[in-house]
Amino acid sequence: MSAATQDTAVRTGRVARTFIYLVLLLFALFYLLPFFVMLTNSLKPLSEITGGNMMSLPQVWTLDAWRSAWSTAQIGVEPTGLKPYFLNSLLMVVPAVAISTMLGALNGYVLTKWRFRGDTILFGLMLFACFIPFQIVLIPMARMLGLMGLAGSTPGLILVHVVYGIGFTTLYFRNYYASFPTELVKAAMIDGAGFFRIFWRIMLPVSGPIAVVSVIWQFTNIWNDFLFGASFADLDSMPMTVALNNLVNSSTGVKEYNVHFAGAILAALPTLFVYIVAGRYFVRGLMAGSVKG
Amino acid sequence: MGFLDISHVTKSYGKVQVLHEVDISVQEGEFLVLVGPSGCGKSTLLNMIAGLEAISSGDISIKGRVINGVHPSKRNIAMVFQSYALYPNMTVGQNMTFGLEMHGVPKAERERALADVGKLLQIDHLLDRKPGQLSGGQRQRVAMGRALVRNPDVFLFDEPLSNLDAKLRVDMRTEIKKLHHKLGTTIVYVTHDQIEAMTLSTRIAVMNKGYVQQLGTPKEIYDTPANLFVATFMGSPAMNILPATVVMQNGAAHAEITDSEGVVRRLRFSQGNMAEWAGKAILLGIRPEAITDPEGADRKSGNIQPFANRVTVTEPAGSDTFVTMTLSGKDVIARMRADASVAPGQIFDFAVNMEKAVAFDPVTEARIAG
Ligand SMILES: Nc1ncnc2c1ncn2[C@@H]1O[C@H](COP(=O)(O)OP(=O)(O)OP(=O)(O)O)[C@@H](O)[C@H]1O
Ligand SMILES: [Mg+2]
Repeated sequence: MSAATQDTAVRTGRVARTFIYLVLLLFALFYLLPFFVMLTNSLKPLSEITGGNMMSLPQVWTLDAWRSAWSTAQIGVEPTGLKPYFLNSLLMVVPAVAISTMLGALNGYVLTKWRFRGDTILFGLMLFACFIPFQIVLIPMARMLGLMGLAGSTPGLILVHVVYGIGFTTLYFRNYYASFPTELVKAAMIDGAGFFRIFWRIMLPVSGPIAVVSVIWQFTNIWNDFLFGASFADLDSMPMTVALNNLVNSSTGVKEYNVHFAGAILAALPTLFVYIVAGRYFVRGLMAGSVKG
Repeated sequence: MGFLDISHVTKSYGKVQVLHEVDISVQEGEFLVLVGPSGCGKSTLLNMIAGLEAISSGDISIKGRVINGVHPSKRNIAMVFQSYALYPNMTVGQNMTFGLEMHGVPKAERERALADVGKLLQIDHLLDRKPGQLSGGQRQRVAMGRALVRNPDVFLFDEPLSNLDAKLRVDMRTEIKKLHHKLGTTIVYVTHDQIEAMTLSTRIAVMNKGYVQQLGTPKEIYDTPANLFVATFMGSPAMNILPATVVMQNGAAHAEITDSEGVVRRLRFSQGNMAEWAGKAILLGIRPEAITDPEGADRKSGNIQPFANRVTVTEPAGSDTFVTMTLSGKDVIARMRADASVAPGQIFDFAVNMEKAVAFDPVTEARIAG
């Protein structure tokens, strides 16, 4: 009797699982198909695309489109390729992510472990930042950057992204630290550690998982941002996304689809890289054993 | 003037006052236990000694120095937390020497202190492990070790054993007591476990609702509780409390109660001054171990009185047998030797040790001194 029920349980499990896998496979295909098209077409000469089938594999495999997208394609008026703008993006995104994550961690630490009158109201106000649409702040922000002498520069863009990101990073770290035992902070105080020492030596070393979340979130958002880049950057600080748009729009004569595809993939690579590398550090249980267990 | 002086200390959160005029003076080398039900303010008082909570009014001083407002790290205290609060990212050794490092003690000296304490607590083989790789009892030792290496004036413990299982708790209790004997340190220890309080302390402060109900040695607290709260809180099973009337018979004061059949019975008081209460209602308090079989009665007592009564339930607990009966309409528990032959439903000849009985004023609930 019990063996029979177990048997059916296993079989229904198998049916359900097959169904789930099929659905997942379908979704994966749905998402991977455009990528497949981009990748294959970026490896074809242009004539194969204009003259033939977008879905077919290349007859002649070539990296010319990639080379062109990277270093020789026309961006606006300059034939520089995406390379300098890729660098611009890196110079913007790395400090912006680092600063906003650090500030978020510090805010979360203060809001949970050094509570003061009105701290919840302050946190509520910071959360507001997560809901303000970009478009609303464009004009005031442009004026602010102008006043500060940061208009059209990479530091200006970094400032904008840091200010915009703090709401999110604070939210992440506050919620993470809220479950961090306050007794540890008290113990460290008795041990003689000060405000920053506790932060560096006790809080940050166990913040790995949430720091990864914050970095992935911030990196993806800042790297992919188009609006701020298009609004506040000039030619020397223009990020990758804006340059990609110019590449696609400024090609005179024939549209070089293969180059566009290669450029688009180039623009997406860093976020992909961050997901693959940082995703491995999503380790749970870093906190295990600090408190009773 | 004591080693640690708590004088007129109060604590309020906004309008709510959670500690009322606490006055405790602790001598050097004393083991003071703060005991009381949940929410009575024990941890609050301890945190105020540690400097983790501000003092609303009053003074706390250590070695004659008032420490109100002094930073926790400058009070020369060490604290062991209920959750152990070990830094998860550091090894056991780093955990234990973190405080010394913060106080700028040179590395060689830190290593020496660590080795000494590690050996003392038998955790020297664990020094390179992370807290996550330790058992509950080992974490407990490390937490104590972290306090010990600093060689503080006063040790503060906040329910350090409450996360351990029953057996380990008893073992660690003994160990803490041994450690105290060996090192002679001054300890303030918070618990809500009255057995821990009785076994560990040199003095106990029983607290309730933010008031210190009684401060005294374990024996004083147990034998002459200041009031009904202390009497029923300390001791397990709790002291039996029955309504009684004081009557005079042959010139001696007696407590008049009813037995299980509703028959009026009298028990002669040992206290001389109970005559003043003649004709009045009191609450009679008798500890379970003061009601026994005649053979098990305390031979040194000068006032053992026989008392036949019907047994309701018997509960053999290995070392003792607990016997329940009805007196004055209340369930009363007697603690018998394990081999006392007593069966439910039977009329049994009990022996009541009235020398150990106490009486309470039913209105103020204070003990009637005798
Ligand atoms: N931050 C606070 N604000 C308001 N009331 C508080 C605060 N902290 C503690 N209290 C109150 O103070 C009282 C004493 O708390 P405390 O933590 O000292 O109790 P305790 O005796 O240690 O209890 P337990 O055995 O449960 O640990 C409780 O009634 C509690 O509700
Ligand atoms: Mg407590």
